[in-house]
Amino acid sequence: MALHFELVTPSKLVRSEEVHMVVVPGAEGEFGVLEGHAPFMSTIRDGAVQVWKTEGGEPESIEVRGGFAEVGDAGLTVLAEHVED
Amino acid sequence: MASLKELKDRIKSVKSTQKITKAKQMVAAAKLRKAQAAAEAARPYASRLATVMGSLASKVSGDSAPLLLRGTGADQKHLLVVVNTDKGLCGGLNSNVVKEAKTQAKKLIAEGKDVTFYLIGKKGRAPIKRDYANKIAHHYDTSDMRNPSFDEADAIAEDLVSRFEAGEFDVAHLVYPVFKSALAQDPTTVQLLPVPTPDNVEASEAAVEYEPDEEAILAELLPRYVKTQLFGSLLEREASEQGASMTAMDNATRNAGDLIDKLTIQYNRSRQAAITTELIEIIAGAEAL
Repeated sequence: MALHFELVTPSKLVRSEEVHMVVVPGAEGEFGVLEGHAPFMSTIRDGAVQVWKTEGGEPESIEVRGGFAEVGDAGLTVLAEHVED
Repeated sequence: MASLKELKDRIKSVKSTQKITKAKQMVAAAKLRKAQAAAEAARPYASRLATVMGSLASKVSGDSAPLLLRGTGADQKHLLVVVNTDKGLCGGLNSNVVKEAKTQAKKLIAEGKDVTFYLIGKKGRAPIKRDYANKIAHHYDTSDMRNPSFDEADAIAEDLVSRFEAGEFDVAHLVYPVFKSALAQDPTTVQLLPVPTPDNVEASEAAVEYEPDEEAILAELLPRYVKTQLFGSLLEREASEQGASMTAMDNATRNAGDLIDKLTIQYNRSRQAAITTELIEIIAGAEAL
């Protein structure tokens, strides 16, 4: 059970991996995405995207700015203008 | 006939020119690889954004669509955003871009439209000013940026969008060189504003939830799409500049080599002629005794 997660900025493809869950800071509140999430599109406010590689593990947070999230059949894609590494 | 010393100096100077062009060629080759990698790295973002835009734009239409998509409703004032390089020594790249821009301008003027220019990069300014001196709306200086960054594209896009919203123009076209290979960089014109609706829209069958609603998302995505396009054109420009420069300098190096060969032959001939003359003089002198 894995969610395909992609984080893309204009200068590069930052992440493309299989993860357990991602929590995205949506414009109207945070939302978590697991595998099999319904198609969904949202703008996101500046903040941290939290990535759980495994269930119950420690989340990794990535700061993003100017973002947009799309959940489709292919998984979750986050488009961000800036990513703090 | 040039003297021996003159020829020798000439050969020396051509040789040092050749060294410079060779160095520039190698620098361009190294930079080209980097610029190409950057252009490739930017592709996933652009293509994903275009897909999302396409599916959204097909859903939001009519009067509820944001200004950037709908346009001002008029088709009179056209703006040509011309992307040129800041440095020379890259063959015909800039003159090709300028030629393309002028062709577009002539076509639009022939149709009775008003044309203004928005120049990015230094090398387009002089040739366009020559023909359209009072038509240049703005010149965006990129000479102090070393690598195209998204911030530059951001600044340019914001300026363009605010001009668009202020009604300074109805349609904007982007003229920039597309990097095909080190030998070919094609100047291309695409419509920038209002954002053209992509044709290859795949109707998404799934009911997608939007948060906030479609219009709000689209309103936020459109400026970002414009930025991405500008960023892409800056990256293409960078790759084209290095590619064209590499080819031009390769040619220059080869020409210098040919010239050196020719001058060397000439030098040797003159030297031998001088020796022969000297010998004849000595022999003639000896015989006279």
